[in-house]
Amino acid sequence: MQVRGMSKPVVVFSLLALAATVGGCKKQVAATTPAPAPAPAAAPTVTLNATPSSIQSGQTSTLSWSSTNATDLDIEPGVGKVSPQGSTPVTPGQSTTYTITATGSGGSATASAQVTVSAPAAAAAPPAAQPNLSDLFSQNVKDAFFDFDKSELRQDARDALTKDAEFLRSYPNARISIEGHCDERGSTEYNLGLGQRRAEAAKNFLISLGITSDRLTTVSWGKERPFCTEHSEECWAQNRRAHLVLVQSNGSGQ
Amino acid sequence: MTRRLAVFGAAVAVAAAGMMLGMAPRASAQDWFTTGTGLGVTKVRLAVPETAVRGSAAQPFQKTFHDVLWGDLSYSGIVDMVSESFYPLSAPSQPSELNAQQWSAQPCNAYMVAYGNLNVNGTNLSLAGYLSDVHGQTATTALQKIYTDAATDAGARKLAHKFADDIVALLSGGQPGIAQTQIAYVSAHNGDKEIWAMDYDGANQRQLTHLRTISLTPRWSPDASRIAFTCYVPYRGAPSAQICMYSMLTNRLIAFPHFPGTNAAPAWSPDGTKLAFMSSRGGDTELYVANADGTHMQQITYAAGVNTSPVFNPKTGQQIVFVSDRVGDPVLYLANTDGSNAQKIDLPDMGYVVDPAWSPNGQLLAFSWRRPTGNYDIYVMDIVSHQLVELTKDEGRNERPTWAPDGRHIAFESTRTGTNEIWEMLADGSQPRELTFHGENESPNWSPKD
Repeated sequence: MQVRGMSKPVVVFSLLALAATVGGCKKQVAATTPAPAPAPAAAPTVTLNATPSSIQSGQTSTLSWSSTNATDLDIEPGVGKVSPQGSTPVTPGQSTTYTITATGSGGSATASAQVTVSAPAAAAAPPAAQPNLSDLFSQNVKDAFFDFDKSELRQDARDALTKDAEFLRSYPNARISIEGHCDERGSTEYNLGLGQRRAEAAKNFLISLGITSDRLTTVSWGKERPFCTEHSEECWAQNRRAHLVLVQSNGSGQ
Repeated sequence: MTRRLAVFGAAVAVAAAGMMLGMAPRASAQDWFTTGTGLGVTKVRLAVPETAVRGSAAQPFQKTFHDVLWGDLSYSGIVDMVSESFYPLSAPSQPSELNAQQWSAQPCNAYMVAYGNLNVNGTNLSLAGYLSDVHGQTATTALQKIYTDAATDAGARKLAHKFADDIVALLSGGQPGIAQTQIAYVSAHNGDKEIWAMDYDGANQRQLTHLRTISLTPRWSPDASRIAFTCYVPYRGAPSAQICMYSMLTNRLIAFPHFPGTNAAPAWSPDGTKLAFMSSRGGDTELYVANADGTHMQQITYAAGVNTSPVFNPKTGQQIVFVSDRVGDPVLYLANTDGSNAQKIDLPDMGYVVDPAWSPNGQLLAFSWRRPTGNYDIYVMDIVSHQLVELTKDEGRNERPTWAPDGRHIAFESTRTGTNEIWEMLADGSQPRELTFHGENESPNWSPKD
């Protein structure tokens, strides 16, 4: 997910850089054609460096730049207008490509420098990594819902589980617990059985989509842990489900 | 209580009431209980004056002792308690002080008198207890016995329970009383659902387990030394439902093997050597029978769907009744203990039939039944004739009956007060009384006589 996390900013900043370049071309054209000057103004030049170019999260890198023939300098993201030459510290939270745009009467120019950010050192690494998988899991993995007294998968449950299987294929180390739940209307013991049937139905469907059974455990909570506690069909429908839970490698999966 | 019939003929009573149900509205069944024609059994009229005390040290225990003894005898279902307002002015403390005519004459009209005296000796409280037959010309002493326990409120309660049990055994042809039995149940009183136990009369409610998850379906072993129940513990890092075993001797959990998935609803064989329970270890939710230590687990049902809530025939150990939804709604099945010859138990209009409980004499099944038009109510069925009596009606959800070892009482859970609480009643549905009052309480299981 670190890859996913950093890919967006990179794309955006590349586009900015491209846009700036295109804009520069137009201005160059505008500067040359309508007002023919005896000696065209010199085009600006600019350089940008990041030192160090690779840091750990929370550490600082220094951006330094110099330019010629530029009246206006702007560093994105997050720095803004700067003087024709200088330096400034930056503390990016993730890997970032900084782009400086130099604009002068002779046109504009850009330069970029990347600061690569790695996760903080040793001990803190696993806790930082796990919440991300949990977040992605809770954003992407959906539960399967059931009809009263039924453990057959409806089409909407199959659709949800099909997407869940895609997620599980993307994260082949993720283990999940499939937890069967029931509404309050049946007996405690029967509901323990019915919830297990729902969990097994979801498990078997995921297996049919290629998820290996050693990544899937099941349990029934019967009617003991309702998601909704009102006595209405709307509420009961919420409680008849196979709930998918990420099993933490060091914990109970709760 | 206007019902004058002995409840200990429960099988007969159910059969007769079932016949009445078949040919007349329910009001007639109630009339039948009141008039009692044809049973030839009337309850003994018993007088229980306040017990005498010898010395001031015993004084603080007099009221507790009397209240508990009175409660035990009046709830025994086999005697008619003579109102105290009809008693002679002085009560005997020993047989030489008993004036039989005073007690047998109108308006008291007692047949038997239970009396005695309390005495504190050091840290011990002693009862000299007597039961005398006063209906003849001369009184005869049916019981005289010294009982001793700690000189505490709890000790006074125990003395009363022991004396009551002896009286009940004498007056019911040897069938022991239940005053010393307990009821295990599930309570969320302290937040999580844990296993609790209480005396049969609701006294001495105490938490047994402290697992801080969810514990369900307690079942006493036949020797009352252990309670098997459903617990939630991690299995391979993920939650799972397992069979747990609590020792009443050491007040600790005893190891029991774990299996994948959901394992629930344990039931003891009457000899205490086997446990039947639901397990999803093979994928389907099927019934298994294992040794009481969890070894040699054998699958006994092979039907798709939910198979759960097993209960052994406590008389023979050769048959089980369980719940299965193999053909639709969950209903009861009767099978041999190895699972062979499973037969659906047909009822007039099926609905939802769960929570089977087999009477100690093996003749009756109690269960909760939600008929197509109704709510959950407790019913008793004669296994041979399939005749039925409805024990609760139109008062909230009534579920999970459990038989007292005397076969005359049933505890159950009911929502009739707005929260789910433990109740008990005589096995004909009379004298319902609430035992728990705080928080949600459920799943009672009556202890065997220990």
